[in-house]
Amino acid sequence: MQYGPAGDALPLGRDGAGAGRESAAPVLEIENLHVHFKTSHGTVRAVEGVTYKVYPGEMVAIVGESGSGKSVSALAVMRLLPPQSARIVEGSIRFEGTSLLDLDSESMRQVRGRSISMIFQEPMTSLNPVLTIGLQIKEPLLIHMGMTEAEATERAIELLTLVGITDPANRLAQYPHQLSGGMRQRVMIAIGLACNPKLLIADEPTTALDVTIQAQILELMKDLSRRLGIAVIIITHNLGIVARYADRVNVMYAARIVESGTAERVFGRPLHPYARGLLAAVPRLDRGRATKLATIDGAPPNLLDPPTGCRFRPRCRYAIDACTEVPAYREIEPDHFAACHRTPEIETLDGGLTAAVNADVAHADATAMAMLDLRGASKFFPVGGGLFGGAAKLVRAVNDVSLTVRKGETLGLVGESGCGKSTLGRLVLRLEDPTAGEILFDGVDLARMNRRDMIAIRRKMQVIFQDPYSSLNPRMTVGEIIGEPMYVHSILPKDKINDRVAELLQLVGLYPYMALRYPHELSGGQRQRVGIARALAVNPEVIVCDEAVSALDVSIQGQVINLLEDLQHKLGLTYLFIAHDLAVVRHISTRVAVMYLGRIVELAESSELFANPKHPYTQALLAAAPIPDPVIERSRPRKIITGELPSPLNPPSGCVFHPRCPLATDECKKAVPAQRAIGTDHLVACIHA
Amino acid sequence: MLGYIVRRLLMVIPTLIGVAVAVFFLIRVMPGDPVVVKLRADGAAVTEETIQAERKRLGLDKPLMVQFTDYMIGLTRLDLGKSLWTGESVANEIAIRFPVTLQVAIMATLIAVLIAVPLGTLCAVYRDTWIDNLIRVLAVSGLAIPGFWLGMLIILALLYFFNWLPKIGYVSIFEDPVANLSALFWPALSVGYRYAAVVTRMMRSALLEVMREDYIRTARAKGVYESLVTRRHGLRNALLPVVTVVGLEFAFLIGGLVVTEQVFNLNGIGKLFVDATARGDFTLIQGLVLLIATVFVVVNLLVDLLYAALDPRIRLT
Repeated sequence: MQYGPAGDALPLGRDGAGAGRESAAPVLEIENLHVHFKTSHGTVRAVEGVTYKVYPGEMVAIVGESGSGKSVSALAVMRLLPPQSARIVEGSIRFEGTSLLDLDSESMRQVRGRSISMIFQEPMTSLNPVLTIGLQIKEPLLIHMGMTEAEATERAIELLTLVGITDPANRLAQYPHQLSGGMRQRVMIAIGLACNPKLLIADEPTTALDVTIQAQILELMKDLSRRLGIAVIIITHNLGIVARYADRVNVMYAARIVESGTAERVFGRPLHPYARGLLAAVPRLDRGRATKLATIDGAPPNLLDPPTGCRFRPRCRYAIDACTEVPAYREIEPDHFAACHRTPEIETLDGGLTAAVNADVAHADATAMAMLDLRGASKFFPVGGGLFGGAAKLVRAVNDVSLTVRKGETLGLVGESGCGKSTLGRLVLRLEDPTAGEILFDGVDLARMNRRDMIAIRRKMQVIFQDPYSSLNPRMTVGEIIGEPMYVHSILPKDKINDRVAELLQLVGLYPYMALRYPHELSGGQRQRVGIARALAVNPEVIVCDEAVSALDVSIQGQVINLLEDLQHKLGLTYLFIAHDLAVVRHISTRVAVMYLGRIVELAESSELFANPKHPYTQALLAAAPIPDPVIERSRPRKIITGELPSPLNPPSGCVFHPRCPLATDECKKAVPAQRAIGTDHLVACIHA
Repeated sequence: MLGYIVRRLLMVIPTLIGVAVAVFFLIRVMPGDPVVVKLRADGAAVTEETIQAERKRLGLDKPLMVQFTDYMIGLTRLDLGKSLWTGESVANEIAIRFPVTLQVAIMATLIAVLIAVPLGTLCAVYRDTWIDNLIRVLAVSGLAIPGFWLGMLIILALLYFFNWLPKIGYVSIFEDPVANLSALFWPALSVGYRYAAVVTRMMRSALLEVMREDYIRTARAKGVYESLVTRRHGLRNALLPVVTVVGLEFAFLIGGLVVTEQVFNLNGIGKLFVDATARGDFTLIQGLVLLIATVFVVVNLLVDLLYAALDPRIRLT
């Protein structure tokens, strides 16, 4: 390999980086960057006065919610903003002393992919579907390094090995669709590293990936940045990732950096009320259900017409008159900057980091009546086959699942994408008919219902979907959307529906006048509230929440989670809460079921499962999920499981987890392990647990 | 792959059976009696007797189901029957004229693709500049100007400037390529313009769409030359929807050259079709409809094969 000496020779780890800051010259210096977007509604000031530095070998995180300007500021570094609408109106970007904004487009092209490279969020769409992996990796080598085809091929194989892809020589001829999401992101990293860049910008590199794959990718990036001395800017909304991997953190809110410092300082002693609020709002794996999430009220401002002075003022609990002036961004303690008028007194003001205790947490009650009872439920989908085709294969999406959801509880269902959790949700709603087994709702088998009875049952079961953008009909007003189920089920006379809609809107924290609005006029969080109001319209007993908060920003997610919990207390609802985010599931659930490749591998009370996970897969999931606290992260052992979810077309024999399991023995390959009870109310399907 | 093609070609059979059945009954529901039309045109006396005699001669006196069975049995032997009008074999009548139409359609397609792909790409690359605007004006004109009118303009222009007209009468390209091409180029151009206009607009919007994709941003982030971003990363993806449009337009041309053939006095399928319909020549109409259906099916197959060649995600199995 052509890189410098191996990792330990470079003084680059987290501590090394801190020491290196004073001596070394920064790789990247951004000063007072302003980016504007011209839109038909006016000028959006997407980035305002952003200033930060990145030193060699450092991992700098830019954290913020969607629309805060974090991606735009990174694209500005690459000068890849859409030329028609975006303009860099002020500021400077210096890369190793050269002002990037003054380069002509040809010189800038030579920087891109050579000295600075970028990895994007969506591995599914960021690679060209019609070109081979090999060509896409070799492209920058041929263009920037003047390599011959043979040299480039050799280097491409080397790069694929470096990012942990097996059988690299043969992969070169493959196309992106033949690789999984995690593998594609590895390929993206290989492309990014191809020309030994000085700076790697990763824009939400793992947001689209599962937690175990996320951990693999980030470990890889961290390791490579250390070993090769590459500075990394990682843009993310996930505070856990920041705590685990970043040396420095820049917190962005509404186009400005509001706080910046080392990860330890920002997490240990956040100075800006927004940063404090964000840290309190995110559900944590290491905090149980007893604490209610402290949320930030309201939503981020519209950057077409932002509030004057401090942008956070309208949502800030500690806003004073002085906040109508833009607060200076200054160094409060060594290497820790913030832009807030009240930083000196913030800690005396804010006792609130210790969140309010949720007094009446319902504990699992084994004697409670079963609301939903799945007995050996299975759903197989045939794939392939056709008029002249061969026999169809079966995707075993849900495979012999037995599960009880008790009245009034929240059963969390976690698992990685493709594990069958959404299909299970659809079975419960009878949007799919089970291939085998029974699904009892309140004691009656759903599959035996005729149409008329099913309609009556549907009244009692509702669903909240993941995407608040596409799950509401854009041509119906909010009032029509919420009113429709009442009309369909003739729950209320027509003239009463409007009153009930207004009541429901207030119940979910919206205003009655919003009934006349269309979904596109609302924010994501508001739309999700409309989805909840729609589900509540028929007074259901059970609500299936399918990734109901996954698409929302942290501060909004906290609000919606609290709302779901309040509604449960008020209305005695039963939730089947399907999600991939372990911290959210831990926070909201009474009991949690862990699903892997169509099967439930573990089921226990929430606190028990997270404190005392028995199944190796549960343990691996917990180890992979980062906790937003660098101190805890530092001391946590890193046990990252390798490999990826096998194809459900061809699941492994015996225990489906055995190919990735650290405990696996020959025994595991022979038979599917039965669920056994361990302690009270704790089921696990593993012979070694 | 080969298995796929064979399977797809086998699928043609049920399609054609469906078309054959539908067309057989549909033309018999249409008003107008071919026998009466023919007798009048021949100047023969139209009496009940002559009509019956003629019917008997053509086999139209048999019960409908018997006619239908005969027709279907004939089809299994690839026998399309004899034209009610000329008594010639339908297959023969079509075989004489099909090469003309096919060649004009192929040439029009070539002209269209050769013009449209570069122009559409230019439009997308220089979006909203004068280049884009100029090409779009030309494209909209192409859509607005009827092909036959453009054909007449071409003929007038050839006469006016060169005092020359393409020879009437078809010469096979294999016998005399120069004469053949100089005759057929002009009709191909007159339909090719509209065709090119459709494809240019498709190419422009497809490429604009593709250039917004994430992988284009990736290519730029790699420092790939802008021209290479368009050619290597953009074009091939943008060609997918273009191929569909080209295929559909081509198949449409086989039956849709009626007026152009009239203007340029070409003895093609379109003209034959109009004549057959005017005369109520049942067997000929059936044969022509089956031919056009076959063309559609084959072109669709070719489009799918091209798709698979362009896009590795599509696996033909």
